Amino acid sequence: MSTILGARQVSFAADRRLLVDKVDLSLEAGTFTVVIGPNGAGKSTLLKLLCGELAPTDGAVLLNGCPVRSIPAWRLAHLRAVMPQASDLGFPFKAVEVAGLGVEGIGRGLSRPDRERLVDEAMADADVAHLAGRNYQTLSGGERQRVHFARVLAQLKAGRSVEARQILFLDEPIASLDLKHQLALLAQARRLAGEGFAVLAVLHDLQLAAGVADTLALMHAGRLVACGAPYQVLTEDRLAEVFGVSLTAPTLPPHPWRLATE
Amino acid sequence: MIALAMSVPSRRSRHHVRRWPLITALIGLLVAMCVLAMSLGATGIPLARVAAALAGAAGGDALIVLQVRLPRLCLGLLIGAALAVSGALMQGLFRNPLADPGLVGVSAGAALAAAATIVLGDALLVPLVGPLPFGILPVGAFAGGLLTTLGLYFVATRSGRTSIATMLLAGVAFGALAGAVMGLFSYLSDDRQLRDLSFWSLGSLSGASWVKVATVAPLILPMLIASPFLARGLNALSLGEAEAFHLGIPVQRVKALAILLVAVSVGASVASAGMIGFVGIVVPHVLRLMAGPDHRFLLPASALLGGALLVGADTVARTIAAPAELPIGILTAAIGAPFFLWLLLRRQGGVSS
Repeated sequence: MSTILGARQVSFAADRRLLVDKVDLSLEAGTFTVVIGPNGAGKSTLLKLLCGELAPTDGAVLLNGCPVRSIPAWRLAHLRAVMPQASDLGFPFKAVEVAGLGVEGIGRGLSRPDRERLVDEAMADADVAHLAGRNYQTLSGGERQRVHFARVLAQLKAGRSVEARQILFLDEPIASLDLKHQLALLAQARRLAGEGFAVLAVLHDLQLAAGVADTLALMHAGRLVACGAPYQVLTEDRLAEVFGVSLTAPTLPPHPWRLATE
Repeated sequence: MIALAMSVPSRRSRHHVRRWPLITALIGLLVAMCVLAMSLGATGIPLARVAAALAGAAGGDALIVLQVRLPRLCLGLLIGAALAVSGALMQGLFRNPLADPGLVGVSAGAALAAAATIVLGDALLVPLVGPLPFGILPVGAFAGGLLTTLGLYFVATRSGRTSIATMLLAGVAFGALAGAVMGLFSYLSDDRQLRDLSFWSLGSLSGASWVKVATVAPLILPMLIASPFLARGLNALSLGEAEAFHLGIPVQRVKALAILLVAVSVGASVASAGMIGFVGIVVPHVLRLMAGPDHRFLLPASALLGGALLVGADTVARTIAAPAELPIGILTAAIGAPFFLWLLLRRQGGVSS
């Protein structure tokens, strides 16, 4: 396996509070990494540091060996796509136009029919093809999230024409999805990891996280307290300490159920 | 197979209406407005004689057509397009359909500088430099608008990032301050100055000349040419700044360029024709209701409809009370506002923003 992105002793402070504290983390090609942790642990901030949105106050984030903040936005957009937690739209764009934004900024080398085909494929993959003509502002929260997933998939497909080693970042991607679409989205992400993408997701559901992740990264108070295979990370003591809950082994089996769609 | 074909969105459903027919219609409207503007006025000139004058025939027609109406038409097209495109740019940047070119402070700054020139010019400058040159008012207004926008931009920019929200709030604060100072100026002014002030604030194209067109064009044309290149950036920005960055847009460059283009072109418009309201809000909004918010369509279409609206309004302003002229600001609001309301009522519930 090869490392695409590496965080080296990365810290981020805002308002004199250390939100991320000396984190080391590597994203490997073909690996699904899931970041878990209680609210305010610094999961989303870590994701923003890794994808280049925030500049670390200390340490470095290296993408293919280059500091991620030194890579121009258009190049970075070919290398990674980011699905945000929630996104409001200022104007009544149609769902197909929102998904199309994924290929508007990049994929300039592709012909227009090619770009439209990529968007259509991505919308089918995210199960939103039937919403294409709908006004985004009238969609439900879960439908919006799936439209953004389609946008991110389209961006990766367009970037794929230029860059072979890509990363997908998902910030709580299933927060407002129903169970069927939660599983479908995670299966898609899992499949992308199988195709050689590095995938990083922030999730709250430990069962699902353990079910899909190759690597679990457990964060607490800005620090990475454990990182490794799910059964190594999710120990009773650690869950009690980090989440303040007492779970017994039967509720969290050492090998939780896997996605049947794989 | 059939079900599969139907589940794929057809090319046509990607956009709200067919866009090329709409662009063609807008060009037709613009041409019609231009023809009317050349023909109608205090003296009606039949179209055949307009054509003859344009072709080079000498005489009284030629003087009116070439030296009065044509420069005025050009000025109207430039300013109408500048105001409408600036409105579309600002609405995209602020992610708010109610944003106005004035939000970046250029109008308030220009108005304040103009009022200062009108009221204080006689008392402070005349003793120093003698009679004031005719161009001092537009130059002062342009400089005032540009300086205000630059000031707000620097207030809102910290470590290379411009906070659009801070700029908006600072603009509101500056607008209130400018309003207070302008109130003070009106209080201090004599009857003639008060009259100048109120006419200036209503806007008019009546001072149009080729010199004015030649001065304003280099300030507005670059913006009309450059704005389509911001379209993809503004589309992405409607998701938010972070998302636009993720999509590969150089966000800070888009913001700085849009603000600069708006400040220069609106500054030039206000300086040469006074305050003309409503074009910047109504034109992009009407087009968005008709054909959706994609800026690749919205920006060029705004230029066409803005030009047509202002030329049309100016033609009415010149003819309705001929030989007197109504201030054009009254007309743009009087035509634009009811139409806008009608569109909103017709589309009730259709837009949530």
